[in-house]
Amino acid sequence: MRWSSTSALLVTLALAAAAQQTPSPQSAAPAPGPRFVVIIDAAHGGEDTGAHLSSGQLEKAANLALSVRLRSLLTARGFQVITTRENDSFVELNRRAELANHANAAACISLHATESGSGVHLFASSLAPANPTRFTPWKTAQAAWETRSLALAGAVNSALTHAGLTVTLGRIPLPGIESMTCPALAVELGPQRDADKKVTAEPDSPDYQAQVASALAAAVLEWRSDPNRTGARQP
Amino acid sequence: MIPRYQKVLFVILLIAALGMGFKLWQLRDRAHKRLLAGQTLAPTAAPVVAPAEQATLVVANDLDDSLAPQMHSLPLPADPGARARAVLGKLLDLYAAPESTHEIPGGAASVDQVFLLRAQGTKNSGDQLAVVNLTGTFAASHPAGLETESLTVLSICATLRANLPAITQVRFLVDGVERPTLAGHADLTRTYLTSEATPVEGIKP
Repeated sequence: MRWSSTSALLVTLALAAAAQQTPSPQSAAPAPGPRFVVIIDAAHGGEDTGAHLSSGQLEKAANLALSVRLRSLLTARGFQVITTRENDSFVELNRRAELANHANAAACISLHATESGSGVHLFASSLAPANPTRFTPWKTAQAAWETRSLALAGAVNSALTHAGLTVTLGRIPLPGIESMTCPALAVELGPQRDADKKVTAEPDSPDYQAQVASALAAAVLEWRSDPNRTGARQP
Repeated sequence: MIPRYQKVLFVILLIAALGMGFKLWQLRDRAHKRLLAGQTLAPTAAPVVAPAEQATLVVANDLDDSLAPQMHSLPLPADPGARARAVLGKLLDLYAAPESTHEIPGGAASVDQVFLLRAQGTKNSGDQLAVVNLTGTFAASHPAGLETESLTVLSICATLRANLPAITQVRFLVDGVERPTLAGHADLTRTYLTSEATPVEGIKP
């Protein structure tokens, strides 16, 4: 009796172990695709408040709110998302670039808000495109990714325009982004205006932010499937 | 007993020492008077009414993110530094006016000084670096944002280039000291090249 119960226990354990080793068709995980990391950088934070918006809110809070929305949308679509800040804390520009560079990100989006201008302002760095080198100067590291950053800006522009938003594109010096080794751009939400230039939505309006976040998520989805997009680490 | 020749030598040296002391005091007094006279008679720059000339101001527009050249007539001094300050003053007056396309309070008084120096790292020896010293009030009241701050910086660079082509580089100070950003976004620690700030209908990538 004792032998039979012990052997039964051993058989049960052996069967359980075999069951764990043999993959069943129902529990088989899909083959992991190529790693696609998106960096979302909510600009400012902590003592660095950014702009004072017309609604009374600070830019740092509006940026964080949009960052949370965009992160949720991208995570739901299966992207691996890394944010530079999750709360009202000050993060140095170099630290933000370090996070993006260590993550080997495929897209880096820096979020801003302003009370001036109209619609969404997209900015890529104004660095002249350069060939990648083994050792890259920290302050101009983005130069090797400039062409791809402009391609990413084009994808985001298309998605925002398709969503019915007013978009302006520009290339300006961007100190934080210029140290990033990934396709990167800054997205600045200005107030939405009608034909008479009257403000119809402030940059911190939840509906407006939801519309922009949805368009940005669609743009990143399109960017992932872009056949011209090459590996993140090799521009 | 002191020899006679030593007494004579002592008297001569004493007279020479007193004479030199008197002469020194005289020279010092003369130099002091000359200094005071120089300060009093220093020529002060008389307010000259410079003739009005046509100047090109590269004006920013927040709504379409553009820089567009406009011709304006204004008195322009002959001195390049004063000339640069005059055109920038007029540009900032436009921004401070009601119905401006790029609203910034402050006006012409926001440009404290413009210094012109020889540009570094250029092939042409005539190239100049303009150091634009803005007031702290201007920076504090400037609207914050990537687009609006960049437009201000680029329109200043483009306006300087349009009126003083020798200026190829521009640096910014605020109240005489370097500052990280204009109002939290536009980088003021770098040297801007005026060739990169050309007026365009919307800055396209």
